[in-house]
Amino acid sequence: MSIDRRDFLKKLGLGSMVSLGGFGFLKKMGGPEEAIASGATLETADPNKVRWGMVIEMGKCQEGCTDCISVCHLTHNVPDHGNKKDEIKWIWKTGYKHLFTNEAHQYAQDGLPDKPFLTLCNHCDNPPCTRVCPTEATFARPDGIVQMDFHRCIGCRFCMAGCPYGSRSFNWRDPRPNLKEINPNFPTRERGVVEKCNFCTERIDKGERPACVEACKEGVLTFGNLNDPNSEIRQLLAEKRTNQRKPELGTKPSVFYIV
Amino acid sequence: MIEKALTGNRSYFGWLALLALVAANGVYFYGQQLTYGLGITGMSRDISWGVYIAQFTFMVGVAASAVMLVLPYYIHNYKAFGKIVVLGEFLAVAAVSMCMMFIMVDMGKPMRFLNVMLYPSPHSILFWDATVLNVYLFLNLLCGWVALESEKKGTPPPKWLKPFIYLSIPWAFSIHTVTAFLYAGLPGRHLWLTAIMAPRFLASAFAAGPALLILLALLLRRVAKFDAGDEAIQKLATIVTYGVIANFFFIGLEFFTAYYSGIPSHQHNLDYLFFVLEGHGNLVPFLWTSVVLGFAGMGGLLWPGLRKNERILGLICGAIFISLWIDKGIGLVIGGFIPNPLEEITEYYITWPEFSITLGIWAIGAMILTLLYKIALSVKKAQ
Repeated sequence: MSIDRRDFLKKLGLGSMVSLGGFGFLKKMGGPEEAIASGATLETADPNKVRWGMVIEMGKCQEGCTDCISVCHLTHNVPDHGNKKDEIKWIWKTGYKHLFTNEAHQYAQDGLPDKPFLTLCNHCDNPPCTRVCPTEATFARPDGIVQMDFHRCIGCRFCMAGCPYGSRSFNWRDPRPNLKEINPNFPTRERGVVEKCNFCTERIDKGERPACVEACKEGVLTFGNLNDPNSEIRQLLAEKRTNQRKPELGTKPSVFYIV
Repeated sequence: MIEKALTGNRSYFGWLALLALVAANGVYFYGQQLTYGLGITGMSRDISWGVYIAQFTFMVGVAASAVMLVLPYYIHNYKAFGKIVVLGEFLAVAAVSMCMMFIMVDMGKPMRFLNVMLYPSPHSILFWDATVLNVYLFLNLLCGWVALESEKKGTPPPKWLKPFIYLSIPWAFSIHTVTAFLYAGLPGRHLWLTAIMAPRFLASAFAAGPALLILLALLLRRVAKFDAGDEAIQKLATIVTYGVIANFFFIGLEFFTAYYSGIPSHQHNLDYLFFVLEGHGNLVPFLWTSVVLGFAGMGGLLWPGLRKNERILGLICGAIFISLWIDKGIGLVIGGFIPNPLEEITEYYITWPEFSITLGIWAIGAMILTLLYKIALSVKKAQ
């Protein structure tokens, strides 16, 4: 059985020990010349492995445009139930102050707090949702994408309570009657399972870009390999000042924002 | 011994028939929920757990409280509890059974529940919770049943039972600690992310559970002519007193940290529950009812001599039980979701089918308890 210490600790939900370098925290820590690593860095920086991520440049995003949202929901057979209670969404817009809950201060730039920002699953490097799932129905792929197995999910919704970004939706009822069109290339869901953005695994595994990235005419969304220093996304990250949502929680999101 | 449950007077069968009716109503609506989906409830994308999980959480506490009889009786040889220790264990059996039913009705895909055991995931607290609850059910059924059987034969309980009894003591603490961990380990849910969640759960459990046992003992005096004994009842009242004081002390600590630190995210949920959060406050009247009943009950217990009056003790225990039920069986779970992680507010309105299913499970729990108590008391009376 090939299970190394890292996987073993992860299995036990002790992922934080991994990021502290095993029991390295027992070594001398601190002293003013050292700083504690913040939650912002990604753990799997192995250049031989792919680590997918996304940068969202909100300055380029046109107000009122919903191209990426409609394409995503059409591609993935996301139903529109027409009410908030049963709502299912993979990618959507909500005010800046809702995404960056600690940053919308009282003298913020005019209009910024309520400016619609795009949000989707962060595909965290240290995802709380997979940690709490009792059946491995939601799990992180080696390339960092947090994926759902609709056939294994028992619908306990622990992952929804565990997600600190509100990125997950539940099928409170049969989604099929409320699909305007059905995309035969992606499964529809049954009632009683959780779903969310999958970074278009079905497309990127074929070498394509995610549907939302392709749909955006303004180039708001940059998708790429975070482990490749020469990738477009890494160049963007190196050039511009970027933010993650709630970095203080240590979830290490793979989605970055240029405000 | 099971045959003891099959005989009884008219009011015994009348009571069971009434419970069966309420349960049948619940089963009917559960059938509807299975057909339509959980959308039949008041839950939503933002309030993804509702009364089902809240009742589950509360009943784990009631189940754990059996230890408050088992521990003094078996460890400290406190004889006054000898007569009622089996009532505590059987209450735990009924309560854990209710917990499992509440989990089952909350699942979107109940037919897949075995996945929890087929794909064991030790990183998930839910996996551990399912494990410890099942073992706790087994332990209490075993210890209660075997001890009762020995009592029937007029012999002391067999020696091999001792390890199981001793094991059931730390196990009682474990079930409620693990249940608290379901909540206390979630990043970004500020009401729940508190290290004192487990002690708070235990304190409220050790008040609510024994308060219910006192009510049951007082009831059994009237309907079954079974006397638990004044000493046992008064000792239980002492346990309730400590439990309820510790519970409100812990709630006070939560208030201090949230409001003295001044950190808004720590205050939002408490604002929603006890004051009003941006114009939303559906649960405010409930939570203040909980506070008033809880403090009235606490005052009643501390007032010298008041609890010696059986009628008043019944009222006090009723007030405390309702108070803690509101706090944990409504406020704690629903309040934790308001506001949501995006600091948006969605409120929760229980639906009639959801209410019926919840009531149905309470009725089934009461039925299990009635049958088990009927067996236990029949054995005891035959002595």
